Amino acid sequence: MDKYFKPLPISTQETREFWEGCKNHELKVQKCLKCEVTRFPPLPMCPKCNSTDTKWIPVSGKGKVYSWIIVHHPIIDSFREDVPMVIALVDLEGGGRIVTNLIECDPVNIKVNMEVIVEFVDVTEEHTLPKFKPISNLL
Amino acid sequence: MSLDKVKIVGVGQTEYSKNSKRSVLSLALEACLDSINDSGIPINEIDGVVCYGLGDSVTPMAVATGLGLDHVRFTSDLWGGGNASCNSILTAAMAIQSGLANNIICFRAMNGRSGYRLGGTGRDDNSIAAGDGQFTSPFGLLSFAQYHAMFAQRHMIEYGTTSKQLGAIAVACRKHALLNERALMKRPMSIQDYLESPMIAEPLRLFDICLETDGACAVLLTNDERARDTKKKPISIMSGANGGGPQPGLDYTGFLRWADYTTCYAKYIADDLWGRAGIRPADVDVAMIYDCFTISVIMQLEGLGFCEVGEGGHFVEGGRIEIGGALPINTHGGLLSEGYIHGLNHTVEAVRQLRGECGERQVKDAEIALTTGFGTTTGSALLLTNQ
Repeated sequence: MDKYFKPLPISTQETREFWEGCKNHELKVQKCLKCEVTRFPPLPMCPKCNSTDTKWIPVSGKGKVYSWIIVHHPIIDSFREDVPMVIALVDLEGGGRIVTNLIECDPVNIKVNMEVIVEFVDVTEEHTLPKFKPISNLL
Repeated sequence: MSLDKVKIVGVGQTEYSKNSKRSVLSLALEACLDSINDSGIPINEIDGVVCYGLGDSVTPMAVATGLGLDHVRFTSDLWGGGNASCNSILTAAMAIQSGLANNIICFRAMNGRSGYRLGGTGRDDNSIAAGDGQFTSPFGLLSFAQYHAMFAQRHMIEYGTTSKQLGAIAVACRKHALLNERALMKRPMSIQDYLESPMIAEPLRLFDICLETDGACAVLLTNDERARDTKKKPISIMSGANGGGPQPGLDYTGFLRWADYTTCYAKYIADDLWGRAGIRPADVDVAMIYDCFTISVIMQLEGLGFCEVGEGGHFVEGGRIEIGGALPINTHGGLLSEGYIHGLNHTVEAVRQLRGECGERQVKDAEIALTTGFGTTTGSALLLTNQ
């Protein structure tokens, strides 16, 4: 693979399973074993019931666009090749909200609540990022 | 809550610039000394120092050392940018009210453009991908302008807020900056200029985004007895509030955990702020509303109850927020056009308005001023009066 210059996630013991899941092309969120509420991004304790009894569960990888921006100014040089690019907040089916890039999608066609699905992008041998594309692309 | 034993008696600041060519400590000392001289209180009576920062400032003890203070009895070093600005004043006020110290200086100092630029701007190392940043920066979500563009987009979706309405805020701040010799922005801006400014993080344009500034501000507080013998008219604190809502985030990249991207901290502190003062939004004569971005002003106006939720866009139109309007805001030009000293410059301006020192930009007969500090999910605010 070509050398990759963009920021790569620095995982911790609390987030490693998410990134391991991405590497295996599986999207996972945390689920509280006591109150059964799902959460993402992860936390060491359930903010609803304060239980620390948690497991990671796979979710469908589908979601809906909550909000989005079109980045024209890349902030750091490594994203210069990508602008204009779309960053979106996607509400995941099954719970949680994720920051992602919308790909395979003309920015002018993005709509709120647009249905999207995860597309895993292996950016390095060690790192995979969960990006999303419109479900309508699959139809 | 009562802060009836506390008065604000001094304000000061350095020159604002994009490149101070000076240390943060020297900026802090200059602003602090300026506020002390403004009050007339001898420097050897200063017995407390409070500040806030994001790893970009100097400590209270460094300032005590540099000023040559002989006996410090209270310090607090708060973590935060705008969110902590009014809270730093509130912290000092609580310490004075409770008798922990008598004369406390609050400062914010930074080389915000030439030194540590907020949000990783210009930093290409991977440290920006730690903490909650691991869920944002790999996707290019790096700057506060981008985060707030997500809020602006959602506000536009839910309430039909327009770019032109955001622009009314930028234009008002620029108009006011032209009446303030300290302001960094010197050129007039029309709504057309605003609309023609380049998209940075669509829907936010260049002129929706505040400046990055080198400089410092300071505010000196004392007790009511000491305040009887100071140079300028003492200013009272009617009320203060600091806080936020659910899931405020793990660090300053953390508002990906915030549920509703049309609201901010403001609605969570509104009842405390107004209730403690016993007044309503309509009683405010001049408001310094934290304007890191234009959309931030709209969310705070709504959250604090100046208008209904969703009506903020209409509220800022038609000159209402300009000097001469019903609620003049950011008469110094704000963070958008004066400088970005993380909101302490708002409190400095509020004090000057209440003293009647603002010349061409003076709001006539201003008796009550609001000043706010914004960290999106958390924030703080003060109601000040000259009565």
